[in-house]
Amino acid sequence: MIQVAFYTFAALSLSGGLAVLFTRNVIYAAFFLLLTLLGVAGLFVLASADFLAIAQLMIYVGGVLVLVIFGVMLTNKTDPAADASNQQPNRIASLNRSTGWVISALVAGSLFVALFTLLAKANFALLNQPAGWQSTVNTIGRQLMTEYVLPFEIVGILLLAALVGATYLASPLAKSFRNAAR
Amino acid sequence: MQPVDSHLFLIVGAALFSIGLAVVLLKRHAIVVLMGIELMLNAVNINLVAFSQYDPDRLQGQMLALFVMVIAAAESAVALAIVLQVYRHFRTAQLDELNELKQ
Repeated sequence: MIQVAFYTFAALSLSGGLAVLFTRNVIYAAFFLLLTLLGVAGLFVLASADFLAIAQLMIYVGGVLVLVIFGVMLTNKTDPAADASNQQPNRIASLNRSTGWVISALVAGSLFVALFTLLAKANFALLNQPAGWQSTVNTIGRQLMTEYVLPFEIVGILLLAALVGATYLASPLAKSFRNAAR
Repeated sequence: MQPVDSHLFLIVGAALFSIGLAVVLLKRHAIVVLMGIELMLNAVNINLVAFSQYDPDRLQGQMLALFVMVIAAAESAVALAIVLQVYRHFRTAQLDELNELKQ
């Protein structure tokens, strides 16, 4: 039963990733990314990381993906004439469409083959031990307030600064403010 | 013995990382490239969590995965703001059309 769930979630995340790779439509890619993130959250549950699965759902699906979809909507070209005028061939030779496919398939495929052979040959002593399933919420809360209290505070300040900076950068007033200050 | 072999988690992580790398290399829309980066970060998180289940007392892998998630959220917010300003300036978000310096 758990095996079936594992293979289902793995297939969900991998097929979502492949769909992001193969689709031409940006908004479809965002929704396939949602599929991948849900599959990864399921994999987290199966690897006894229940808190991380919920955090994945809240941060990625609830935050990052909404942000991405807003970005897609704000940068989408609705004018088809503007798209048609941009069909001139690319002058960077290595970035032509077929050549780009070949190069990226070569790089990513060889990376995957190398990682796969490495993982198939490697014998991790850690992975042969038994691992029990238990809830990790208690341990994560304790660790955040004891061993990881300094990184926790630093990452909070970093997130605040990044979000304030992103708000300023994205606002249409930013340009006129810069021009006025000059 | 745990029900799912942990090597499978590592292999899924490797496959997801390769797909994310292919997305970053291949796609031309800036937001899809950001999606590829998110895929790669998720693959790394799968690896960290897969190793962390053998460390139930300290959970170092899961803590690192938590911080990776927060950094990914901050990164995507700033990157989307930059993409938005680039779109306002050049009227396009296709990365290979941003060749102002080359001309």
